Amino acid sequence: MPDETVTITIDGNEIEVEPDIYVLEAAERLGIWIPTLCNYRGLTPYGACRLCTVEATKGSRTRLVTSCNYPVSDGLVIRTDTERIRTARRILVELLCARHGKVGVIKQLAENVGVTKPRFGEGNEPCVLCGLCVRACAEMAKAYAIGFAQRGTERIVTTPYNEPSEACINCGACAKVCPTGAIYIEGADEIRHDEIMLGPNSAIAVPTMQAVPNVPALDPEQCLYFRRDGCGICAPNCPADAIDYSMQDEEVEVDCGTVVVATGFQTFDPSVAEQYGYGRFKNVMTSLEFERLSNAAGPTGGDILLHDGTKPESVAILHCVGSRDEHYHRYCSRVCCMYSLKFAHLVREKIGARVYELYIDMRAFGKGYEEFYDRVLREGALLIRGKGAEVTDFATNEAEQGKLIVKCEDTLAAVQRRIPVDMVILSVALEARSDAKEIERLFKLSSSEDGFFLERHPKLAPVETTTDGVFLAGCCQSPKDIPDTVAQGSAAAAQALSLILRGETTMSGACSEINEELCSGCRICMEVCTYNAISYDEEKKVCRVEPSLCKACGTCVAACPSGAIKGKHFTKEQILAEIEGVMQ
Amino acid sequence: MSQFEPVIVGFLCNWCSYTGADLAGTSRAHYLPNVRIIRVMCSGRVEPTFVLKALQDGADGVLVAGCHPGDCHYQEGNYKTLRRMTLLKRMLDQFGIEPERVRLEWISASEANRFVEVVNEMTEQIRALGPLKLGHFQDAEDENTEREAAELAGEAAAAPA
Repeated sequence: MPDETVTITIDGNEIEVEPDIYVLEAAERLGIWIPTLCNYRGLTPYGACRLCTVEATKGSRTRLVTSCNYPVSDGLVIRTDTERIRTARRILVELLCARHGKVGVIKQLAENVGVTKPRFGEGNEPCVLCGLCVRACAEMAKAYAIGFAQRGTERIVTTPYNEPSEACINCGACAKVCPTGAIYIEGADEIRHDEIMLGPNSAIAVPTMQAVPNVPALDPEQCLYFRRDGCGICAPNCPADAIDYSMQDEEVEVDCGTVVVATGFQTFDPSVAEQYGYGRFKNVMTSLEFERLSNAAGPTGGDILLHDGTKPESVAILHCVGSRDEHYHRYCSRVCCMYSLKFAHLVREKIGARVYELYIDMRAFGKGYEEFYDRVLREGALLIRGKGAEVTDFATNEAEQGKLIVKCEDTLAAVQRRIPVDMVILSVALEARSDAKEIERLFKLSSSEDGFFLERHPKLAPVETTTDGVFLAGCCQSPKDIPDTVAQGSAAAAQALSLILRGETTMSGACSEINEELCSGCRICMEVCTYNAISYDEEKKVCRVEPSLCKACGTCVAACPSGAIKGKHFTKEQILAEIEGVMQ
Repeated sequence: MSQFEPVIVGFLCNWCSYTGADLAGTSRAHYLPNVRIIRVMCSGRVEPTFVLKALQDGADGVLVAGCHPGDCHYQEGNYKTLRRMTLLKRMLDQFGIEPERVRLEWISASEANRFVEVVNEMTEQIRALGPLKLGHFQDAEDENTEREAAELAGEAAAAPA
């Protein structure tokens, strides 16, 4: 807030405001409604629609002004609802109605100001020439792709020479600010399954619904402020004044005694399994894409639609895509059977389409899962025991024309089937993240053959790792569903806490010890020790081991040319005796 | 004549190879019973003396197994082993012992199959090489001792004369 403020009076209410704002904004702060079409906070006020006309009294002079671009000044008195203003507004609205009366926004406006029968007729022209789009294009996108052309009744908003503009960056800002919906983006309504954004589809958004912290973040790749040094519209519109464009990614170092590794999984990319046609057929999608499609916050608002925007009549859900398959992953991904059944339930409930589930084995293993399976069966989903072998668009008869045909072997009926459907959902495998190896090296973990991190013991230490103080939770350890993940996460947190709360830790007795009588002070042991556990005593000219740093690997013991180092629990004598023992 | 059954002493690191061998056991994998395992915390603990001692005590081969390079639980113990074993093999060659009798392998905790493969392969390889013969050294040593004793006795007999 600037130091100086001015006090103005609006409809008898006094308000103290900064000197650099306009009357309309001050009125908004008081909650006084003033009609306007051409004002958008963050864009330069323009005074095009004149609807925000108010009566301003300064000293002894009173006159009508447009509040959107009339600056405040000390002692200014504003009236927004006098007979003179009401009359002026009615005339303005009637004049607007002459060209745009049938447009929804104008109709509503006419109703609000009490115009029932416009004297000059009602037109159907959607553009009210408010100039918001022109200002948005110039100020937000910095593209300057559109502007006013012609004069008087011929005036229109258009691109230079009325031709497709090369300057347009297709940002959609003009359509976003248009009050009457006169501008629309071609193809914006089309659902493109191959481009379903799995993440947020706006430049400023909360990354996921469960994000921690649950606040929106700017995506510099998309945001016009970073891309074109423009826009910046979110900052003045944020009531909490929380938007800071100068923030940078920063690396934060945290001192900690325990670590819970919960780095999760990634989904199998089915485009490598070409028989399923993912990427070739527009209506073949992965389970995660379907999840997004059926999400109420998704691109279709939760409607299950085909690529061309129509509803599918039949849907096939293929289990075990990438799982239980010698070519990709031999393990079972555990969660697919149940979410596939959920999909069947959603499709039946939302659009009532025929649903085929093609499965190898139905693994309804958890609490309440078998009951859910029963319920989906009763809802009319068609279950076929047999893995989907191929998805093709090669029709062999009338019924298959224009459909996707799923080929499979129905192992219960012992027949080969060709199932024509409109949509195919691939229940893709959960796999270890492609960068899991980096985490593994960082924390000295081990991983099993399938790439998931290895627990210390499958039964007795399922959340611990071979590195003390590092615990595992969730799908980085193995594919698992949400209840199991929460359970393992809680266990890992409890184990970590029990270490932290104790405040001290017990070391194993195994560590190296140097016999100072024998040590020649050659310091070879210091070179081989990766933990800096060995130091050199300048006075006595011998080396010494710090037991709390020593991890008892024994590398120094093997390296000592004088045989001066004893590796407790693995002494030379013990190992030689072991050799003698096994050779007896 | 019954088939020659070689004896192999295996030094396995606690974190990778020993766990891998353990996994082979818990997953009921079959491997030839010729290997006798000694656990060490890190393959870096394996002194060349241990290998020589095992061979001297009658082993026909020695397997040293550790974590894959970069995966060592102690960061780089296995690199130290790699250097030591390379030098040791050169020395064995000079002793007249086939360097193939000593083998360094990287086996991770999940590679039970690899452990089985390595043990089976190594057993067959050493079976083909035949038993390790250190006897002639021993015999020569014994002969020397006998001759020295005889000489000493001779000297003693000659002295009073």
